[in-house]
Amino acid sequence: MEENKTLLKIEDLKVSFFTPAGEVKAVDGISYTLGYNEVMGIVGESGSGKSVEAYSIIGLLQNPGKVIGGSIEFEGEDLLAFTPEQMRLFRGNKVSMIFQNPMTCLNPVYTIGNQLTEVLNCHDNNISKKEAYDRAVEMLKLVGINNPEKRMKQYPHELSGGMRQRAMIAMALICSPKLLIADEPTTALDVTIQAQILELMKDLQKKENTSIIFITHNLGVVAEICDRVSVMYAGRIVEQGTVNEIFYNPQHPYTKKLLASIPRLDEETVERLVPIEGTPIDLLNPPQGCNFGPRCSDCMKICLRKKPPFAEVGEGHISACWLHFKDMIEKEAEKDE
Amino acid sequence: MSEERKKLVEVTGLKKYFPVKGNLFEKKYVQAVESVSLSIYKGETLGLVGESGCGKTTLGRTIIRLYEPTDGRIVYDGTPIYDKKEKISVRMLPYRRKMQIIFQDPSGSLDPRMTVGEIIGESLDIHKLTSSKAERTDRIRQLLEEVGLNTEHANRFPHEFSGGQQQRVGIARALAVEPEFIVCDEPISALDVSIQSQVVNMLEDLQASKGLTYLFIAHDVSVVRHISDRIGVMYLGCLVELAESYELCSHPIHPYTQTLLSAVPLPDPEKNKTRTRLLLEGDIPSPINPPTGCRFHTRCPYAMPRCKEEMPELKEYAPGHFGACHLLEQNGSHNTSTSHNNKEDKE
Repeated sequence: MEENKTLLKIEDLKVSFFTPAGEVKAVDGISYTLGYNEVMGIVGESGSGKSVEAYSIIGLLQNPGKVIGGSIEFEGEDLLAFTPEQMRLFRGNKVSMIFQNPMTCLNPVYTIGNQLTEVLNCHDNNISKKEAYDRAVEMLKLVGINNPEKRMKQYPHELSGGMRQRAMIAMALICSPKLLIADEPTTALDVTIQAQILELMKDLQKKENTSIIFITHNLGVVAEICDRVSVMYAGRIVEQGTVNEIFYNPQHPYTKKLLASIPRLDEETVERLVPIEGTPIDLLNPPQGCNFGPRCSDCMKICLRKKPPFAEVGEGHISACWLHFKDMIEKEAEKDE
Repeated sequence: MSEERKKLVEVTGLKKYFPVKGNLFEKKYVQAVESVSLSIYKGETLGLVGESGCGKTTLGRTIIRLYEPTDGRIVYDGTPIYDKKEKISVRMLPYRRKMQIIFQDPSGSLDPRMTVGEIIGESLDIHKLTSSKAERTDRIRQLLEEVGLNTEHANRFPHEFSGGQQQRVGIARALAVEPEFIVCDEPISALDVSIQSQVVNMLEDLQASKGLTYLFIAHDVSVVRHISDRIGVMYLGCLVELAESYELCSHPIHPYTQTLLSAVPLPDPEKNKTRTRLLLEGDIPSPINPPTGCRFHTRCPYAMPRCKEEMPELKEYAPGHFGACHLLEQNGSHNTSTSHNNKEDKE
């Protein structure tokens, strides 16, 4: 990827939570770049560090979480060096976020209109009341809320779940950010509403040219909306590639198994699911070797001793697994003998 | 569906209303389940899908009478256990041995102050299934092994387990009384993707080895299709379509089922791009004030004047394929429904 096309560059980011029980390496050295106008999907199970990673971009990491290494660059600026005041201006103007549960993110005692215009007032001191109101109404229209003037006066509890999520999206996009981080935005919604919201996000992404980091555990949603996908397991990216590469040509055992373990609506015959045996690792005591090693059916000796490096397995498609280095390992083993 | 198969549970005209705050002159009800009739055959898995608030959980709980029905009739294995008209309402304790339930939230449904052994043993004590202490311990161990847990787990408390393991404890508790019929109320929705398939496989294995009958309730159509022999689709308290699972997913006849199926995102990027999506306008209406006539008419793309006035009945349009829609009644046969499917594709 050319340098001038890069919007966000994350390198070797490490985030740890310092709990009384010990250090939890929630994000353990992840790197990726995000281009302008690109939708990057981050998939993983709960506890894989996908949300923590996003929170550290937008500077919302809470105690006892701390970024302990790596860098996050946004249009060439180092986000980790920002002062809180700089961060405050950066949030909303350049990056904003949609959360999983819209009810807990909207303030129950303010009207939707109040909350929307507040965003504008915070980021632009010169904006008049009238302008802010008009912009908010326009934004509600854009996200497909009918009768926006009426909705402006309503409180969050008066709206349905899908409507609230639309209002959240309107709030996130009102300052035209360059990057939108969507943290499981459809998980709390029903499938028919989820379909509506996904269509809306695809639409808006084209219209507003926003880059999106889309965090989810639902592989179907990823296939629907993303250009590129990073698969995370226990704080590390295990595989990254274009959406077609990940779904049609998965290389990492975890991705392969994850795809095999979900029931599919589109297959002709119903076959027995192939589950991933075992349980996710305890991040307080991570294994010395590959994090997926203990659950992997192709686990080799080296997998338990050393973390695997990335191998380029296709164009823009990387996978972190020792299996890609099998030949090399065998040769070395021969040498040792 | 063959006639010789034995009906284990038969529900006719089942209603469940919950009272909500009205005013002095007018009582208001949430009409959670509205005149549902269905049969569950011995040894099969009947799946129930629908969006949140459609009454699928209430239906499941009302069938095993965790909720007292408002109206209707429930027959279990040939014996009526509830009938509003004939005023039958049997004592449920003996039936609790036959019908059990697995709940959605594994941690919420286990008492945090009881050890796993006590949780599983409680039902053994209530139904007096073991005669000695040693037998009781053996039985608990055996149950834990059946659901893939270690026998020493009996002395631990629920919080020491992961979500998947807690759900296994919930399943062991349901199995303790050797039931014939289990209501699985969203048993896997709270679990991680990689754990879901483990639990689904286990439920399938248990069904095969013990000849269990399941009522499997979930909002995830792909999972329901995977595990069920037949699927019922619910919308706002009503059963709108019922058919064998492959038939239902390949030839849905009710407009709601069609949109529901097309809304499910497929883990296949190319297929997602090529297929046409039916999008519904608006949200589910409130069950306190449901629309008159067909409850789906406010969002249905094919709504006719008649749909506003009359509630359609569930009728058989192809062998074993039931649907409740005036459109089908008008067109009469299954073929027409596929033709209006094609029409949508062109659009």
